Amino acid sequence: MAPDSAGSGPTLGQRIAMNAAAVYARGSVRVKASFRERSWLVGETLFPFLAMSAFVLVYRGLHAPREYEGFVVLGGAMIAYWNNVIWGMASQFFWEREQGQLQLYLITPVSRMSILLGMALGGIAMTTTRAAAILIGGVLLFHVDLPLSRALPAFGLFVLTLGAAYSLGMILSSLFLLWGREVWHTATILQEPIYLFSGFYFPVSAMGVVIAIAGSLLPVTLGLDGIRQVFYGPAAHGLLPLRWIPPIQIALTTLFLYIAHVALRFMEDLGKHEGRLTVRGD
Amino acid sequence: MQRGECFGLLGPNGAGKSTLIKILTTLLLPTSGVAVVAGYDVATEPYQVRRRINLVSGGDSSGYGVLTVRETLHLFSQFYGVPGPVARRRAEELMQVTGLAEKADARLAGLSTGMRQKLNFARGFMSDPEIIFLDEPTLGLDVGASRDVRGFIARWVRERSERTVLLTTHYMMEADELCGRVAIIDHGRILALDTPTALKRTLRDQPVFEFQVSATGQDLDRLREIDGVRSVSHHAHPATGAVELKVVVREDDVIGEVLGRLKGLERSVLHLRKMEPTLETVFIHHVGRGLTDEEADGS
Repeated sequence: MAPDSAGSGPTLGQRIAMNAAAVYARGSVRVKASFRERSWLVGETLFPFLAMSAFVLVYRGLHAPREYEGFVVLGGAMIAYWNNVIWGMASQFFWEREQGQLQLYLITPVSRMSILLGMALGGIAMTTTRAAAILIGGVLLFHVDLPLSRALPAFGLFVLTLGAAYSLGMILSSLFLLWGREVWHTATILQEPIYLFSGFYFPVSAMGVVIAIAGSLLPVTLGLDGIRQVFYGPAAHGLLPLRWIPPIQIALTTLFLYIAHVALRFMEDLGKHEGRLTVRGD
Repeated sequence: MQRGECFGLLGPNGAGKSTLIKILTTLLLPTSGVAVVAGYDVATEPYQVRRRINLVSGGDSSGYGVLTVRETLHLFSQFYGVPGPVARRRAEELMQVTGLAEKADARLAGLSTGMRQKLNFARGFMSDPEIIFLDEPTLGLDVGASRDVRGFIARWVRERSERTVLLTTHYMMEADELCGRVAIIDHGRILALDTPTALKRTLRDQPVFEFQVSATGQDLDRLREIDGVRSVSHHAHPATGAVELKVVVREDDVIGEVLGRLKGLERSVLHLRKMEPTLETVFIHHVGRGLTDEEADGS
């Protein structure tokens, strides 16, 4: 085709603005969906709340310290975000491909990470409803003790944890991009083991140091451990000293974002080479 | 291809049309050679290519069921950095042109398949690309909608001299109407490339006869054995059940032998006429079969 005369392209500022618009646009799809499709509220809020309630009642029946009920409520809230990382963001390129519209994203000039970030932010907004329902329900129904005076540092650690978790999700997204169905099955199989080894309903240190350290490779495990320490101090049976956790989460976020950038590009190039990016049912 | 033209790509299934479009839209890497779009190598400068292109694949739909038509168009414009007011104005124009205006605030989940295809078509133009790749854009659309879409494409190219269209279609009339130049390809090779008028002119001295023959009888491909028969194309007519047969011959006299062979093949001739060359007969001449032959075979 004939040469173009439009020059080498937009400035850095224009590219940032374009990617920011893409983040907002893709994120708003999730937010609109959450307001328009109310049926998900039952599946995403009520049922997880019941699961969380079961653990609270078990601990209560066993006369466990009251902090354990707080562990469960915090874990139940964090599960919502982890599920959103996997099923609401990482796997989305696979579903877009299955619906035949992945190519519409891939031919755009915006970064794939911007699209994923939009999915992440929209997903966080949507998931916060579920997490808030679990937290509020836990406090009101079970009188779980969550000291408000420590809410701010806990929220700070929570934000760092989400950053690392969704960055990991971007790496996983590159796997879904190319090996969608296989990765989907693997993620499904690993779901319950991850719930177990991440200590969503109990202090992860109870698993023993080796397993707990391995489980802490997932940012949600480490973040949850830290948030429990913020609220309950030594009673949280923390795995690592609390002061270590924020820098580790920041380091993980930086590392994961870099790996995600490289992995997404590599997988896309591999997919383009093998002609698999637009093939459905693969 | 030259900037500012509507270029048609015709070929049977498996000819490589969609593969070529995937390469040119940076979805696939060429196994050899270099593909250049707007002066940029698709393999090494995909970002520069993506800024300038868009793609519409007919039969596909785009968007999410919870979004409205208007929201969907706006969504996809944002991946190209189209400013909000421009995107909104463009969406209104495109909805008018494609007949989606009445459904502007309807959610996609409630749209018919045809409406969703129209939306997908409109989406492709939201970024006002320099080059748009239209892969069977009217596939599945009704007659009126197809006419509207063709009218829009023609106007869109005319409006600004730098706009370029690469069109693949199964409808020869569509290519004839829209395309300044047409390439006929098969198995990844260009068999003919020229304006539709020039291509048809090449067949002036190669008469084309159209038959309607009975559905039962022996294999019509045996007509190819006749000396002087250049190509044969046939498919069942869905309404009558008869077979429509097109034969390109070296000279008029050969048709006598064709008629004799048809009798030998136990095929009754229901209708016979000599055709003026069309893009379809040019296609049959070069590829050796018609596009609809393959559809009838289900291949």
